[in-house]
Amino acid sequence: MASAKIEGTLKPVANGHGGVHVAHHKNLAKTPVEVIATPASVVLPMSMHIGAPCDPVVKRGDTVKVGQLVGDSDKFVSAPIYASVSGKVTKVGPVRVAQGRTVNAVTIESDGLMEEADYTAPEVNSKEDFLKAVRASGLVGLGGAGFPTHVKLNLKPDAKVDTLIVNIAECEPYITVNHRECLEHTDDIFDGLENIKKWIPFEHIYIAIEDNKADAAKVLLKSMDKKPEWKDLAQIVILKSSYPQGAEKVMIEAVTGRQVPPGKLPADVGCVVMNVESVTTLARFLRTGRPLVSRNLTCDGSAVADPKNLCVPIGTSVQYVIDYCGGFKKDPYKVFMGGPMMGIALDSLDVPIVKNNNAIIAFADGAMKVKKTRACIRCGRCVSVCPMSLEPTKIERMAHLGKADELQKAGAMVCMECGSCAYACPSGRPLVQYMRLAKTIVREASAK
Amino acid sequence: MAEDNRVKKLTVSSSPHVRSSETTTGVMLDVIIALAPAGIAAIIVFGLRALAVMLVSVASCVLAEYLSRKAMKKENTIGDLSAVVTGLLLAYNLPSNIPFWIVILGAVIAIVVVKQMFGGIGQNFLNPALAARVILMTSFPGRMAAGAFVGLNQHGWNVDGLTSATPLGLVKVAHASADIQATAPTLHQLFLGTTSGCLGEVSALALLIGGLYLIIRKVISPIIPCVYIGTVAIFMMFATGFDWYAVAYELLSGGLFLGAIFMATDYTTSPITKWGKVIFALGCGIITCIIRIWGSLPEGVSFSIIIMNVFVPYIESQTKPTPFGTKKEKKGKEAAEK
Repeated sequence: MASAKIEGTLKPVANGHGGVHVAHHKNLAKTPVEVIATPASVVLPMSMHIGAPCDPVVKRGDTVKVGQLVGDSDKFVSAPIYASVSGKVTKVGPVRVAQGRTVNAVTIESDGLMEEADYTAPEVNSKEDFLKAVRASGLVGLGGAGFPTHVKLNLKPDAKVDTLIVNIAECEPYITVNHRECLEHTDDIFDGLENIKKWIPFEHIYIAIEDNKADAAKVLLKSMDKKPEWKDLAQIVILKSSYPQGAEKVMIEAVTGRQVPPGKLPADVGCVVMNVESVTTLARFLRTGRPLVSRNLTCDGSAVADPKNLCVPIGTSVQYVIDYCGGFKKDPYKVFMGGPMMGIALDSLDVPIVKNNNAIIAFADGAMKVKKTRACIRCGRCVSVCPMSLEPTKIERMAHLGKADELQKAGAMVCMECGSCAYACPSGRPLVQYMRLAKTIVREASAK
Repeated sequence: MAEDNRVKKLTVSSSPHVRSSETTTGVMLDVIIALAPAGIAAIIVFGLRALAVMLVSVASCVLAEYLSRKAMKKENTIGDLSAVVTGLLLAYNLPSNIPFWIVILGAVIAIVVVKQMFGGIGQNFLNPALAARVILMTSFPGRMAAGAFVGLNQHGWNVDGLTSATPLGLVKVAHASADIQATAPTLHQLFLGTTSGCLGEVSALALLIGGLYLIIRKVISPIIPCVYIGTVAIFMMFATGFDWYAVAYELLSGGLFLGAIFMATDYTTSPITKWGKVIFALGCGIITCIIRIWGSLPEGVSFSIIIMNVFVPYIESQTKPTPFGTKKEKKGKEAAEK
């Protein structure tokens, strides 16, 4: 790749193994993020993170302002939820969300004023204060996983964690919001990192970026040249553009050469990975006290009339986002939340955008090649592309036979469902579904 | 428009929502394209009789596949073109003057017995075309071993039994390069394909072009052909006492290129793991050399691949990749040192 050598950057330790080359379709890389017009209402599910759901702290009829707390939990693994528009609470009760689940939610009818609550920047004088502030920000991993950030940063005293990796791989096709964040809020990245390093003394901080975002890498380098202290703060690692380069385990291996064992956390190999938007959002929160109430997302795909990068209040409906992008120019065949490799297909557009949702993509009829499912020809493509060094075709067969112990031995639980195998399969086999089946078989057997 | 969207049903399915453009049919088509140069070379050398053998072989393979799927009440699979590939490969493993009934018999053995009886595409444990060739070779040794020799000016149907041994058959009785040069076709002839032999093995150049096409299109990995041919080269270097002419002769003749590029790389009957491929090809190379040097047959490629086919499940089980993060000590230590 032309951009593989940029002066002042580090080479990745390992390029990882496996991975596929999916057409990037980064159509909106040059389109600045636009703030969406305030929606008429937002639906805030009380569970849009990994961990305990929040309990609503507002009632029907309450008036709320932007940044006002509407849901919180006394459990540790959770993240508070704030009103993303100002207006009146019209409903507190169950709604359907993207995965078809029904969860408790707070519905707010917007008054269109977007009045801000009177929040103040948190006072941080100790590590405890810092972690409390991170929790108060409502931040969860914005890259997709939705793991509460304060839990991630709350490292055990005995954990030897020395490395923080800022993830700007954005390896999923279409999505460009991390790329834009890098270009538009470069200083916030370093600001956030300075704050994190002040309280959690990481030895190394790496900003890992794929080589298809060379312009962003250059912007980062330029800022580092201007401020020498930033140069000491972090180093930039240019990764090969390959899917799934941004997957946490793959990224850690590419940057540090360390492999996270199955069932372990990155912290167990001394690493913490944060999405770039999580870092910048944290920086802004520490400066202003404005919690996570909106996020950036890419709305693109062959069915969308006017694709855009948008800054959207959390809880906005997918339908509203698509209408804001000019609606559909062609009949949509499939609409999904997230990237085309791991996104969740929607059966209804009447679902809210949640914290960890970085894209809405709509494919038109006929835009997608649906391969005929044929018998496995043992071509071995799934094996060579698997970033976790598994043999998907073998696991498929074992799943058919329901052999839990063999599946366990074959490493079925290591699979992260990145979809590389199914992408590469010339016989169009539903390998991801079989991987899920395999995991279920193993889980059920071990539960017995 | 917005109203309609609510009415229109969206497709809900598992990720990934995009797929590569590769299909089984496309892969098979690439193999057919890669086989074309060797086919053209065969027609130039052996005349239209070669084309006739190919057509009969392909047609009977496709028909056998169609009928056997029908008889078993299974989904028709001729659309994946794998039967066409088998048909071509079978024809390439036959001499041009072979009676058509033997071709048809070979096709039935390949498709019905070796492939469909074990479950069809992806399930057979032997390479269908090679298994058929081996069965035909042991059943009709005279007709199979005879390579129709055609003078360069003598293209056409009138082969009338003018046969000679394959080049390796000649080498077998010769002992040194001097003898080889006296009795057998020259290297030059072998490379370009102006010699006797089975249809597909006459021109190393044509096979090489096809092989490069497959590697560039990423249909096959270069591991098996390179290791296979490399093993034979090294083995023969020592066996002939560094007689370069004899080594080159061994490489260019006797279907080694055909076997290494097109037969040993068959997906179904070769290991799917990287190191498995290396071991498989190494085994093929060694067995080929053993048969050529010490065996009573002049040619060892077919048998070596068939023998190694049988070991594939074992090779795979021994070369299983280690799932991510389960590598012991080494990695952990390195990480700790860093």
